[in-house]
Amino acid sequence: MKQTIRTTVNDQQVEIAITSRTLLAEALRENLGLTGTKLSCGMQVCGVCTVLVDGQPVSSCTYLAIDADGRTVETVEGLAVDGQLHPLQQAFIDTFGLQCGFCTPGFLMTAKALLDENPSPSTHEIEEHLEGNLCRCTGYESIVKAVELAAARTSQGPRDA
Amino acid sequence: MRDPRPPVGVPVPRVDGVAKVTGAAKYAVDVAVDNMLHAAVVRADRAHAWIRGFGRDEALARPGCVAVITGEDVAARLYPRFGHIIPDHPILAIDRVRYYGEPIALVLAETPAQAADAAQLVRVQYEDLPSVMDASAALDPDAPLLHPEPYDLTGSALAAAVPGGPLTREGPAEADITRTNVAHEATVGWGDVDAALDTAYLVVETTTDYPMLYAYAMEPYNALAEFRDGLLDVTTSAQHPFMVQRDLARVFDLPLSKVRVRVPFVGGGYGSKSYTKIEPLTAVGAWFAERPVKLVLDVESAIYTTRTDSAHISVRTGFTEDGRIVARDFDVTLDTGAYADNSPLVLDKAINRCFGPYRIPHLRVRGRAVYTNTSPASSYRGFGAFQGNLAGETNVDQAAQQLGIDPVALRRLNLVDQGETFIRGRRPMDAQLAEDLDILAERVGALDATPAPDGKLRARGVGCSASDAGAIPTSTAQVRVLADGSVLLLTGSSELGQGSRTVLTQIASAELGVDMSCISVLGSDTFGSSFERTTGASRTTTLVGLAVQRACEDAVRRLRDIVAEVCDVSADDVTVGDGEFRVGDVALSFGDAISRWFGSGGGEITGLGVVRRAGDLTQLPPFWEIGMVGVALAIDPETGVVDVERLVTVGDVGFAINPHGVEGQDLGAATQGLGGALFEELHYDGPQIVNANVVEYRVPRITDRPHEIDAVLVERRDGPGPYGAKGAGEGALNPIGSAVASAVARATGVWPDRLPLTPERVWRLLNQQRPS
Repeated sequence: MKQTIRTTVNDQQVEIAITSRTLLAEALRENLGLTGTKLSCGMQVCGVCTVLVDGQPVSSCTYLAIDADGRTVETVEGLAVDGQLHPLQQAFIDTFGLQCGFCTPGFLMTAKALLDENPSPSTHEIEEHLEGNLCRCTGYESIVKAVELAAARTSQGPRDA
Repeated sequence: MRDPRPPVGVPVPRVDGVAKVTGAAKYAVDVAVDNMLHAAVVRADRAHAWIRGFGRDEALARPGCVAVITGEDVAARLYPRFGHIIPDHPILAIDRVRYYGEPIALVLAETPAQAADAAQLVRVQYEDLPSVMDASAALDPDAPLLHPEPYDLTGSALAAAVPGGPLTREGPAEADITRTNVAHEATVGWGDVDAALDTAYLVVETTTDYPMLYAYAMEPYNALAEFRDGLLDVTTSAQHPFMVQRDLARVFDLPLSKVRVRVPFVGGGYGSKSYTKIEPLTAVGAWFAERPVKLVLDVESAIYTTRTDSAHISVRTGFTEDGRIVARDFDVTLDTGAYADNSPLVLDKAINRCFGPYRIPHLRVRGRAVYTNTSPASSYRGFGAFQGNLAGETNVDQAAQQLGIDPVALRRLNLVDQGETFIRGRRPMDAQLAEDLDILAERVGALDATPAPDGKLRARGVGCSASDAGAIPTSTAQVRVLADGSVLLLTGSSELGQGSRTVLTQIASAELGVDMSCISVLGSDTFGSSFERTTGASRTTTLVGLAVQRACEDAVRRLRDIVAEVCDVSADDVTVGDGEFRVGDVALSFGDAISRWFGSGGGEITGLGVVRRAGDLTQLPPFWEIGMVGVALAIDPETGVVDVERLVTVGDVGFAINPHGVEGQDLGAATQGLGGALFEELHYDGPQIVNANVVEYRVPRITDRPHEIDAVLVERRDGPGPYGAKGAGEGALNPIGSAVASAVARATGVWPDRLPLTPERVWRLLNQQRPS
């Protein structure tokens, strides 16, 4: 059965025609053409599909689009403002925190939720918060460094682990 | 050899970094076209069975369902198989299924959900056949044959071995797959192994099992295919678009010029996206439906598309009293699953890589790749090296223990020297292995197990490997210098994340003296790119890099000629600078030269670079890829959990075009190695895999990473690539399994004989029980 939801996606009010089974990831990718959010495991354990709904990370591969009705959604496409990269995006580039890049949007969104709530996380807090995001390319070290670098650049600096 | 100058040797940011962090980077899975149908695959739920019939009506009656295509439909009108070595792989199973999960029908519908719904309603009648679920069952003389019909071998087929004579490496043997389940056999060796072992001071015997793994490229296999204007146009997540092109041309009986294969960014490959996978299946859908078709797999179906070869390997090594190797005798059995895919080549490499870069007076390696009724196995990072390395290197460590010699000293005694031929007919060793080992040993420290106040058992392990890497040195590149002097770099390399676009842009920038910001690298596309045989085997920086260098030279030469013509001087009077030429006092930029020569309205000059197996690259392999790793482990004796406290990798890369890029590749490779050593294993229970998902197939997570990472780069300018570069990206994976196993042995007192060393297995070793 077709329905329409009204959502704010990356600060823009949108109406999306969906069915009851449409996943949020599908609505973003197919209906809005926002293909930055990726799909991989299909069972909310790999993190590539992470977007923020009302500021909280959700796995858009198992979050129904209809549940986003009336809520705000942030995707990787909304991180850069007026062509200026978000500090996390710049940090991932600077630390070589990506290789194939498929997991990167998910990591960025999860990390953004962390830094929005905790601007100076310890290394341990970063690991714990990001444990639900998999990366098969980098070995994670440069990703942790990226989040630490972004935190350092935008706040007083990271606490000792 | 040219001297390097910036930006080569500088850790410049990735050229695709901004696209990837903004979500703008397009992967094949992101590509869509109008009027597209979506495909779903019906998969066999038997390991081995005749297909007796299909019921399509229920599926076709579903809303949006447009077609149900079977293997018989394909075989009636097209060439129904693919496979670059043995074309044994039906696009859709024709008369029988050979593994649980094999594609047996393709359902096309207007939406992915409709296709998935309809696929569940396709009815299949089977007649079960006896199945063989592991290599030893498959080798039983009474085993059912998976491939009783012969296939015409393709051009990549292998030369026949010399029958009856001494075991020399003439080339791998052709197996007769119509009479046994051996897909491929290969041998290498020299001397008289039996006599040497008979008289050796000590013979050490080791048998190991390396499990089936799943590469888990996070972008799953997917393809979009369309027939349009007599042309087949396929977008796919693939490493080798030109090899896929060949298979597609054969299926549809088209000239190569009518088959276009495009690869945008690839969300992980690791060898699992080498050669043809689901492209023919997708294209068959488009052919029957006469509309574009998109197929996207999920993790479970990806595992049922390609896994890695598992291996059962035995080795006996004879030593002198002071630790010199006198003989090694290996027996290698790979389980290649229902179809050969790349496994014959994996076996060819495995037999060269199992015995290590050691001086071995008498050698015998006998290997076979065996068909079983399991998911097809193909290449993975390391390509046969890591399976054999587990046996070969733990054997060396066991020998060290029995001889009472330090394991590092034992290796050092036997490692070949730079310039030494250690495999007859192959390029001599091009690296300084003893020096690399010294660096490794110094960074790792003493290997012995030490007690610690926290109750954990601590020990260290090292491993080394050398791989005949680089594959075949065939590569071309084109450099198009445009009207304003900016540059398009055409290469058929696929950007898998390894950083190929960045490295090749760095090389072009240094060679031409043109800023990186003025150079664009286009995605690989059999229409628009220059021919590239493969992206893999750690070959891109070295071989494609050379092609790019040559293309830049050619472009500069052509530009210099037109400057000479335009200025009415001889070419000798024209000096070359950065992005410009000088004739006397006059400077002409590349753009000036082009507009002066063509006149207003623009033009361009293209340089071509060709690399092939000639001159310095006649002898294979093009280079040896070295693996030198060490691990320091802390084991909790109550739980068996292994914590990697330190990881040391030594990357002997000749010259690092982008040092951060190389370090990232070494850590990524080592991390996959740790996955295989500690966590990863596909389990078969009866006909099916029980853990075909990423919850129960456990890959390394952020909290698994080593506490300390010591990545060393050694640059001796001793490779054949640009500025003396050699390949990297697999070496750091290969010896990880054996390094971890040896460390666990030191800590527990019991030698593991299989991976992964899960907490349960380690606990059992500690408690003197046989690992499960």
